[in-house]
Amino acid sequence: MDEMKLLNLLADNPRATITDLADILGEKESDIESGIKDLENKKVICGYHTVINWDKTNEDHVDAMIGVSAKPERENGYDKIAERIAKFPEVSSLYLISGSSEFLLSINAKTMREVSDFVGEKLAPLDGVSSTVTMFVLKKYKVNGVNIAIENEEDDDRLPISL
Amino acid sequence: MTNYDKLLSKSAKAMRPSGIRRFFDLVAEMPECISLGVGEPDFQTPWDIRDAAIHSLEIGRTKYTANSGLKELRLAIVEWLKRKYQLEYSYENVIVTVGGSEAIDLAIRALLEKDEEVIIPEPCYVSYEPITTLVGGKPVPIPTKEENDFRITAKEIENAITDKTKILVLSYPNNPTGAVLRHEDLEEIVEVLKDKDIIVISDEIYSELTYGMQFESIAQFEEMKDKTIVINGFSKTFSMTGWRLGYAVGPKEIIDVMTKIHQSCIMAAPTTSQYAGIVALRDCDNDVEEMRKQYDLRRQYCVRKLNEMGLHTFEPKGAFYVFPNITSSGMSSEEFCEKLLESKQVAIIPGTAFGESGEGFARISYAYSLDHLKEAMKRIKEFLEEIK
Repeated sequence: MDEMKLLNLLADNPRATITDLADILGEKESDIESGIKDLENKKVICGYHTVINWDKTNEDHVDAMIGVSAKPERENGYDKIAERIAKFPEVSSLYLISGSSEFLLSINAKTMREVSDFVGEKLAPLDGVSSTVTMFVLKKYKVNGVNIAIENEEDDDRLPISL
Repeated sequence: MTNYDKLLSKSAKAMRPSGIRRFFDLVAEMPECISLGVGEPDFQTPWDIRDAAIHSLEIGRTKYTANSGLKELRLAIVEWLKRKYQLEYSYENVIVTVGGSEAIDLAIRALLEKDEEVIIPEPCYVSYEPITTLVGGKPVPIPTKEENDFRITAKEIENAITDKTKILVLSYPNNPTGAVLRHEDLEEIVEVLKDKDIIVISDEIYSELTYGMQFESIAQFEEMKDKTIVINGFSKTFSMTGWRLGYAVGPKEIIDVMTKIHQSCIMAAPTTSQYAGIVALRDCDNDVEEMRKQYDLRRQYCVRKLNEMGLHTFEPKGAFYVFPNITSSGMSSEEFCEKLLESKQVAIIPGTAFGESGEGFARISYAYSLDHLKEAMKRIKEFLEEIK
């Protein structure tokens, strides 16, 4: 089976059913199922996520990006401190980056107060963290490749027949 | 009462009207139908290209360009043809046109005298024949065959050549069949043509949409370069149909005459599109690759589905069409397509729209999302079961 094709189809639509995938790729359903299991076991597929525009719900929701300057540890480099940061459930993504700080993380919280508590009481005091820069998200336009606050382009406006 | 029939030019009246006008009218009355009938990509033009066009407007590039097109675009075309197909030309061998179709028109008009013959392998795109007729030339269609994977053979060309033959049209990858010519096919054709005064119009508009093989142009053969007009464009490769931008490349003597005609009837291709075209050729390889991957997945899906439901469908190696054989239904192409439209609201195009030799076939475009194709295939299958 062509794993790349399967991955691309799932990347576009994680809700595609086994039946659909088997039909499109011309494979047996059992092979698709075991192929996906295998990719999950190998941690090639790490999760299936839904893009939600929380602004359209009644839930309070605050997102922030935080740049973290940190010192690497002898032997472990940045991995140990990254592990400690990643353990906080508020942290939704964490990257080691090039540029003015070492880490960029994003956090999802309910209020600004929650964010500042997290930074002041949990993140900044960590051993190895030397400074933080917090950037609150004001509006989300595009998330994981999906336009959520930008008018989508017109649907198929082609003539039904052309030679 | 004005007698328009008397006023209208005989040669314009002689142009063959599309044989399937009635079918088109039926589709037009059914806007909610699931169409597999389009000859244009479903992808949006890549954003970089659109951005370049917008920028050109912002800085006021709103005037005519040179008749033969912006020099920078012509240079970009030359670089692209060299990078893609090892074709070596100077920018003076290039004319930028309003789509590939204008280039076809110019090439035929620049070359053809009354009663001279144009060999046209069919089924094929519909413009070569009417333009030939309009100029007073004689179209000589050669039917290509399913058992040859719809390739024209050197032998068939040789048999069609007379002392009146002026032009051979090669339209590969082919619309509607998806056929391509292989290196060995071209070699044999070159052998037939190399000592003859026949010009090849090589319509390569689908050249970048081939699957599992690299496109090869007949102009890559040294013996043929001076006798070939290569026609290509931006519509299919870069999903730019509405921009109306194409080009012809060939011997300077021919291109100069084509430019003279173009100057009188068109002036120059749209300036905004030309600026966009430069970016398309230089920066959009990845976008094209991504589109090709999507087409390929859909192509394999459609070929498999159609064969599974009993419509023999040869595996096309180019363009974005499949051309199933529908004779097992016992119906003519037009009848099959009309019944399918009426009973399942799926629009596909009778093969006869592309020449008589398209009888027994239908063109299905896969320039649609997989979801759209799935629904259409489901309905075609139901239709076949019902007519059994």
